Amino acid sequence: MEISVPELSLVLLVGVSGSGKSTFARQHFAEYEVVSSDECRAIVSNDENSMDATNDAFDLLYYIVGKRLKRGLLTVIDATNVQAASRKGLIALAREYHVLPVVIVLDIPQKVCEARNAARADRNFGDHVIRQQSQQLKKSIKGLKREGFRKIYTLKSPEEVATISGVTREKLYNDKKHITGPFDIIGDIHGCYDETLSLLEKLGYQVAQVDDDGQNFGLEVTHPESRQVIFLGDLVDRGPNSPAVLKLVMSMVHSGVAWCVPGNHDLKLHKKLKGKNVAINHGLAETLEQLEQESPEFIEAVKVFLYDLISHYVFDGGKLVVAHAGIKEEMQGRGSAAVRAFCLYGESTGEIDEFGLPVRYNWASEYRGRAKVVYGHTPVPEAEWLNKTIDIDTGCVFGGKLTALRYPEETLVSVPAKKVYSEPIRPLQPNNEELLSHQQVYDDLLNIEDVTGKRIVQTRLRNNITIQEENSIAALEVMSRFAINPKWLIYLPPTMSPCATSELPGFLEHPQQAINYYKSRSIEKIVCEEKHMGSRVVLVLCRDEAVAQTRFGIVNEGVGVAYTRTGRKFFTNTDLEQQFLQRVNEALTTSNFWEKHQTDWVCLDTELMPWSAKAQALLQNQYASVGTAAENALGEVNQVLQQALDRGIGEAKASLEKFSYKQSAIAKYRDAYRNYCWDVSSVGDYKLAPFHILATEGAVHVDKNHEWHMENIREICEADPQIFRATPYRIVETQNDASVQAAIDWWLELTQKGGEGMVVKPYDFIVYGSKDGLLQPAVKCRGSEYLRIIYGPEYDMPENMKRLKNRGLGRKRSLALREFALGVEGLERFVRKEPLRRVHESVFGVLALESEEVDPRL
Amino acid sequence: MLLTISTTHSPATDLGYLLHKHPDKFQSVDLSIGKAHIFYPESAPEKTTVALLLDIDPIDMVRGSRNMAGKGFALGQYVNDRPYVASSFMSVAIAKAFSTAMNGKCNARPELTSIEMPLETKIAVLPTPSGGERLIRKLFEPLGYTVTLQRHTLDDQFPAWGESKYYTVTLQNSVTLQALLSHLYVLIPALDNDKHYFVSQGEIDKLLEKGKGWLENHPEKEQITRRYLINVGSLTQEALARLNEVETGKNVNEEIPEAVKQKKQTLHQQRLQQVLEQLKKTKAKSVIDLGCGEGKLLRMLLKEKQFEKITGMDVSFGELVKAKNKLYWDEMAPKQKERIQLFQGALTYRDQRLEGYEAAALVEVIEHLDESRLQVLERVVFEFAQPKTVILTTPNAEYNVLYDTMEAGHMRHTDHRFEWTREEFETWATQLAERNNYKVTFLPVGPEDAEVGAPSQMGIFTL
Repeated sequence: MEISVPELSLVLLVGVSGSGKSTFARQHFAEYEVVSSDECRAIVSNDENSMDATNDAFDLLYYIVGKRLKRGLLTVIDATNVQAASRKGLIALAREYHVLPVVIVLDIPQKVCEARNAARADRNFGDHVIRQQSQQLKKSIKGLKREGFRKIYTLKSPEEVATISGVTREKLYNDKKHITGPFDIIGDIHGCYDETLSLLEKLGYQVAQVDDDGQNFGLEVTHPESRQVIFLGDLVDRGPNSPAVLKLVMSMVHSGVAWCVPGNHDLKLHKKLKGKNVAINHGLAETLEQLEQESPEFIEAVKVFLYDLISHYVFDGGKLVVAHAGIKEEMQGRGSAAVRAFCLYGESTGEIDEFGLPVRYNWASEYRGRAKVVYGHTPVPEAEWLNKTIDIDTGCVFGGKLTALRYPEETLVSVPAKKVYSEPIRPLQPNNEELLSHQQVYDDLLNIEDVTGKRIVQTRLRNNITIQEENSIAALEVMSRFAINPKWLIYLPPTMSPCATSELPGFLEHPQQAINYYKSRSIEKIVCEEKHMGSRVVLVLCRDEAVAQTRFGIVNEGVGVAYTRTGRKFFTNTDLEQQFLQRVNEALTTSNFWEKHQTDWVCLDTELMPWSAKAQALLQNQYASVGTAAENALGEVNQVLQQALDRGIGEAKASLEKFSYKQSAIAKYRDAYRNYCWDVSSVGDYKLAPFHILATEGAVHVDKNHEWHMENIREICEADPQIFRATPYRIVETQNDASVQAAIDWWLELTQKGGEGMVVKPYDFIVYGSKDGLLQPAVKCRGSEYLRIIYGPEYDMPENMKRLKNRGLGRKRSLALREFALGVEGLERFVRKEPLRRVHESVFGVLALESEEVDPRL
Repeated sequence: MLLTISTTHSPATDLGYLLHKHPDKFQSVDLSIGKAHIFYPESAPEKTTVALLLDIDPIDMVRGSRNMAGKGFALGQYVNDRPYVASSFMSVAIAKAFSTAMNGKCNARPELTSIEMPLETKIAVLPTPSGGERLIRKLFEPLGYTVTLQRHTLDDQFPAWGESKYYTVTLQNSVTLQALLSHLYVLIPALDNDKHYFVSQGEIDKLLEKGKGWLENHPEKEQITRRYLINVGSLTQEALARLNEVETGKNVNEEIPEAVKQKKQTLHQQRLQQVLEQLKKTKAKSVIDLGCGEGKLLRMLLKEKQFEKITGMDVSFGELVKAKNKLYWDEMAPKQKERIQLFQGALTYRDQRLEGYEAAALVEVIEHLDESRLQVLERVVFEFAQPKTVILTTPNAEYNVLYDTMEAGHMRHTDHRFEWTREEFETWATQLAERNNYKVTFLPVGPEDAEVGAPSQMGIFTL
């Protein structure tokens, strides 16, 4: 004989000491599925039999079981469980996690148990204990069903126990994960038969009249692409023709072309038909009246149909969940009275509003689940996504429309109601801030739980990325004190690793190593771009303020924003910022950018010059300060050394040479930083060099190669050469020595003129190596003079260079990859129109990673 | 970087005996991160000059075994003024190179040690804190020095950047060499904000030893002691410092002007006292201090029996650590600890932990947020946390005219995003109250001026 239990259930083994529970559990369940009270006793007290540890042992047992059930794991309790009182807590636990409680009673004769205990050296309690347990078991065994167990198995002898060949696990009725659609999910119909037919037709279904076989009611519905309908319940009440709707739906469900979950109205009708006393209101009277014309057989069929409806379904590998009034994540795929009630009625606060209706609590605003939830129940003027949930009851019976959501396409199809069949008691709530969508209104406020603590962010490019708690602590402060409105902040750029340290004398960095990084990983085509020395700036720019509102949900903050790599405004003066953005905007318009890319917003990755415009404090407090201190001190030093030498102190010579060298190094160092400084008095004094068109409506352009980015950017630059600077670049074949040499020569030429250096990227935006996984999206190679402002004026003295060449890039490279993956993830989530918290999670992650300890000079 | 001492004492060559250093030799001593060289650019009976030259290895400073990368910004960079200035390293070098002279000994010519001789000292270059020239003079002139200062510009090619903090300093005085060296030993680091060592009990002893006989009578004794013992770096939140754009901000100017100062109570103390009184009036048992900083208000609340549940929230983890230290968190009695909790949070995020309090305080918090972010704060506090009472204070911008050191149009703190007039604050608060079904009343905080009101203003919001 086989015992069968629901796949997700809490199984209680019940039996006196010595009845063989542990043996049974070991035989039929996996190791970790069994939680034993004796083991818990031993864990907290070092003694399996310690009775004074009982309370602590059960605290632990409850804790373990709770965690397992929360995670959706079948769990078996190996404890005597002979008293109703001890089972009660466990049943409550099962209900809390919406899993079904099952009991297996080992009702073995007392003598057998006594003999078994006597044979065990570690069991020294007397037979009176077993006697007492047996009595308790007898007393309560009959009440098990009443206690709430869904399944009860009683095994009366060791022989019967031996006949059990195994435990099978039944799938839950709501588990339809293997069914993947495509679906057309239809909201509350309420007897609106004509609209339902029109909608089905619009969706491409063919409704044919056929012979009535008693179950198809003379209807046959098919779809040429084998699509299936999911009805979200509330088929009946209020509307003109509930019986026809029932026939249609029953026929479709029977033929397998449709699924249906019950609505509260359907259930109430069911109760009424079963003869229970229910209040005849909210449109039930109309249904009953319409049903009077129908045959008793039909009424009977309706009763069976409604009775069999399952509260909710989980489809498509768990990616889609449907329920009439919605369903929380922790209830999905589970079964309990609470789950059923939630699916039918949703969540209410217990309060009653001015229309005498229960105040509904918007569970969707707190939804964080992975599955998309499609539901109805609460009529809304427009179906709108909120946190991966969508209410598609658009109040057809109240004169709204009947709406279907196509899955997986996620398009909405609807037909208008032919008339107002019923006056709503509560007027349809118009969107409370009409300017913005539900999601945007909700996104006004991010929740701290979505950013703090240790976090794991899933990314497309590099799987899971872990953000440590200490880093989110640092990021929270920076984000909340300094960052711009998170609605603008859809991206933060990754850090960039330098190339490997050069082996050539006199060079800390040299293009050969940058090129080798890709060449050695079999990347044949790369792009070398001149590196500008300014400030890294991300521009998020809309065509006009209306777009800022509709796409970003931002009102009164201009057409866009220019922000730094830590999410701060680049411009402290808002007027100047808007003037600058307007100028960029005009160039985009002139160059026909909006039309070409079919967008009305863009996110650009750029370098904004001069460096001195933003880094004023750094330049003055550090760079110029060190320069002037050194220059003035060294002047004096060399004078006194010269005097000493002139007096014939020969040993001063070596020092004079050294300090003269320092003097010339300082002069070069000052020239290096001065190269990147000029005064700005108006917008026209800035120079903007974009290098990535990161995203536009519907697209994150990481699928384009860098030549595409450079060429499309060049078109923008040509529209306003005064403020734009097109980035010179070379495409290099890594296998071709001449091509590589030309790139090296170009770098030497650039850097000798005071340039910062160049950035080497693979030709394609995202590349994976055969061994390394995701490769660096770019490595930088900085010029020898520029490096003075990083490693100090005297870094190129041979003894200094020797020490500096010993540097590790591992952490920097790992960081660059993680930040890159998170950055792209944020953009992709934004482009997919995911909730702000999902975009913010990625951006916040980049900022948090930036607080990791890495050599800041790399 | 360079210290020269010249004398015209006759014969000037006595200097060599006093310093215990041969005038024709080039000598070096080892320092922790480099060397110091001692040599004589001139040595004649008319005039003798000794030079002490620091030769600091900038790479070693960041990378060497005495790695200083974690010890504050200035020391952790390759681009660093340390090798070129006279700093705490110079004091170490003086003590090492001229230890005999500093101890007032001279075996060969003991009579020289007590002779006051004309000495001219040149320091190239000396960094100075914000006091600048005035501070240098205040430290040296009371000791009899004639001070000549040459200030250096930041960058000749960018005159708009202005002056730097570096001076070439010449000091002339007639003193004993021992006195001169002691003065330099103490006063050079007192002028420098970035010490290379951590201040410990040992440093206090050194200060007392070298300051013997002159520091106790110096009019700037307090300032010298405080500055000499400045501890750098240890309190900096490291992870935060790495986010290189973060500045912690500082109070530029917020004190009650001398003219109106009555008691020796700072404005902030007065403000907190007033907030406390208002909180007591509410009869609230649970209170949350939103933006508690280092926990001054929390400590006041703890002393009041009325408050059974006290919570401090701040966005700065560093401030919370300070608050815990000041509360002696680890040693706190269990009964006390039950009443108080601290956590990091931000008023720009909805936070369930803020719910369920009878009263909330936001003392000088809103002005640290961009004005455009205030609507988020409003929703977080008034729509969701919804305490029955909210006590909120913010500076009164009108009062700024009474701060004579404050330039017009400036704000009191570098991190203030705005400062409101009384009208601006009251308009904002009244509308906010209306939107959220609160009532609001206003009170001045601090001594009131007939024209411009009090330095700070308070709004008391009640549900």
